[in-house]
Amino acid sequence: MQPGLYHILFLSTALFFIGVYGFLTRRNLITMLMSIELILNSVNLNFIAFNKYLWPNQMDGLFFTLFIIAIAAAEAAVAIAIIINLYRSHNSIDVENAEDLKY
Amino acid sequence: MTGSDIIFYLLATLCVVFALLSVTTRQIFRAAIYLLFTLIGIAGIYFWLQYEFIAAVQIVVYVGGIVVLIIFSIFLTQQTGEQLPKQKLDRKIFAALAVFAGFALTMVQIYQHTFFETDEMAITPTVENIGKKMLAVDSGGYALPFEVISILLLAALIGCIVIALRTKTESK
Repeated sequence: MQPGLYHILFLSTALFFIGVYGFLTRRNLITMLMSIELILNSVNLNFIAFNKYLWPNQMDGLFFTLFIIAIAAAEAAVAIAIIINLYRSHNSIDVENAEDLKY
Repeated sequence: MTGSDIIFYLLATLCVVFALLSVTTRQIFRAAIYLLFTLIGIAGIYFWLQYEFIAAVQIVVYVGGIVVLIIFSIFLTQQTGEQLPKQKLDRKIFAALAVFAGFALTMVQIYQHTFFETDEMAITPTVENIGKKMLAVDSGGYALPFEVISILLLAALIGCIVIALRTKTESK
């Protein structure tokens, strides 16, 4: 069967929900960040697939993907700075131990 | 089934298998390496779709940047050889159920929906076309988001420095 739009949508949906599963089950901040990267990647794949198969006369999906990659890089850098700072003050990067951030 | 189809299925299986391993393994360093393989597989799919520029950006930014950053932060925050604590079984079961239900719902919606393609001439996403569109200021150009993204990157840079500096000045 020739792979087309539906196959790529299946793949990106699978990646998205694998990321959601990781986000729900993991309690370590770095692994949660990895799940978020998976989710963002599935979104990128969606944008590229729609651009390729439905609107090849425009490049909007491609630009959205580029901007999402840039935002993801900035987000990962800031998140890791926060995580390392949290580790310095709490000696742990488990979300259960970060509860006193609330007060 | 042609060679191109086989390559797509191989890449897709690689992505899904390594993504599953990445969210289920209990060794955090291995999770980072499995995530690396997933990202390389997605870059391969961009190559397969003939979006070479996006594939190159994916490899440079994700594989070369974000995964290295994650691995460094693992080195800084984790004892080597230590496994992540086991998760509660009920949490795992409920998460798996919710995820499976969401996946099934989304797939049903996608397969019931008919997508309409345009008949207009395709633009090949070469670097030249991307660059022209990226810096175009007329309608449909991306000059303004480009500038906003540069401001965001600058803000992230300054934010990281501020976060990293704060505890040092307090402890003095």
